[in-house]
Amino acid sequence: MDDRVILRVGTKILSPFILLFALYVQFHGDYGPGGGFQAGVIFAAAFVLYALVFGLGNAVRVMPPKVAYICGAAGVALYLGVGYVTMFRGGEFLNYSYLFGVYGYEHDPTHGQHYGIIGVELGVLVTVFGVMVALFYAFAGRRRIDT
Amino acid sequence: MTEIIVQIVDVVLLVILAITGIAVIRTRNLFAAVMLAGIYSLVSAGLFVVMDAVDVAFTEAAVGAGISTVLLLGTLALVGYKESEPAHKPLLPLFVVLVTGGILVYGTADIPPFGGADNPVHQHVARHYLEDSEGEVGHIPNVVTSVLASYRGYDTMGETAVVFTAMVGVLLLLARGPLPKRVFYDGQWHSVKPGTTREEMVAAVAGDDTDGTDDLGPEEVGDG
Repeated sequence: MDDRVILRVGTKILSPFILLFALYVQFHGDYGPGGGFQAGVIFAAAFVLYALVFGLGNAVRVMPPKVAYICGAAGVALYLGVGYVTMFRGGEFLNYSYLFGVYGYEHDPTHGQHYGIIGVELGVLVTVFGVMVALFYAFAGRRRIDT
Repeated sequence: MTEIIVQIVDVVLLVILAITGIAVIRTRNLFAAVMLAGIYSLVSAGLFVVMDAVDVAFTEAAVGAGISTVLLLGTLALVGYKESEPAHKPLLPLFVVLVTGGILVYGTADIPPFGGADNPVHQHVARHYLEDSEGEVGHIPNVVTSVLASYRGYDTMGETAVVFTAMVGVLLLLARGPLPKRVFYDGQWHSVKPGTTREEMVAAVAGDDTDGTDDLGPEEVGDG
């Protein structure tokens, strides 16, 4: 471990920028390439890099597997939740125009569209992030079977 | 001038792609194969950028070249780096690949020209998305996002659910949670208290072992 100073220092310097870049990709998805899926993968990549350099034990202390599992489920729940809110507001499932009320009556429908898209993209981000970290833990957490 | 440059870039990228593909097939070193597969994904991402599909390129670079390479390396750490010699002749697979490839190449003859405005794909709903998404979805310059999250919200919901299902499947197969109440290990059944890890159980069993020749790893636990 001690002979990989450049790797360790480089990872420490890069990690926050990778996380920040993931958030940029997430919230800039309306204006340029990117979105929840790519942002989730990049967000997870920061933790994977940390685990590769500092070992799985340290990574699990930063990001427990249970949190990753919960993230994987919570994102889908958030996505579905946006759909149900639009339903209870009087529209169809996932018709974001109804997110803030009845179409063209209480609110500009594009406002609902805007926040609906932010909501579901956040759901995609959380799910993809949790799943990627969970998959990495599942693969890296096993040791080789020497027969 | 620009078109010539684009064509040169296309040819170079496709040649690198072909060389990488052949190298993946030829090598018997799985570590090299995984690294070459990562390069393959990265070059594919470059091709997508040339074809102006930046969102797809982004995903390919992040998932194909990034995460899947790491996951494959994790798998290699479990199964070893050397590919065993194939037990059969490559003639039948070669025949299948040649026939399939021939049919696909024959099929490309009917594909409309790349980027043509009259292509069928642009005649259906694409025009509606490009012209009306500003009014319907709001000011979102990246129409890909409006289509993905709003017009095709069901599809994206399904994809998110698929990703979640993939996690559940992999965890069922690979995760190392607490043990069940009874575990078959080292030739007999053991009763296990809730919350016991495999290592603790193996240590407990090894403590009872009189001959001390217990060389089973923790991974064997629960295989019975």
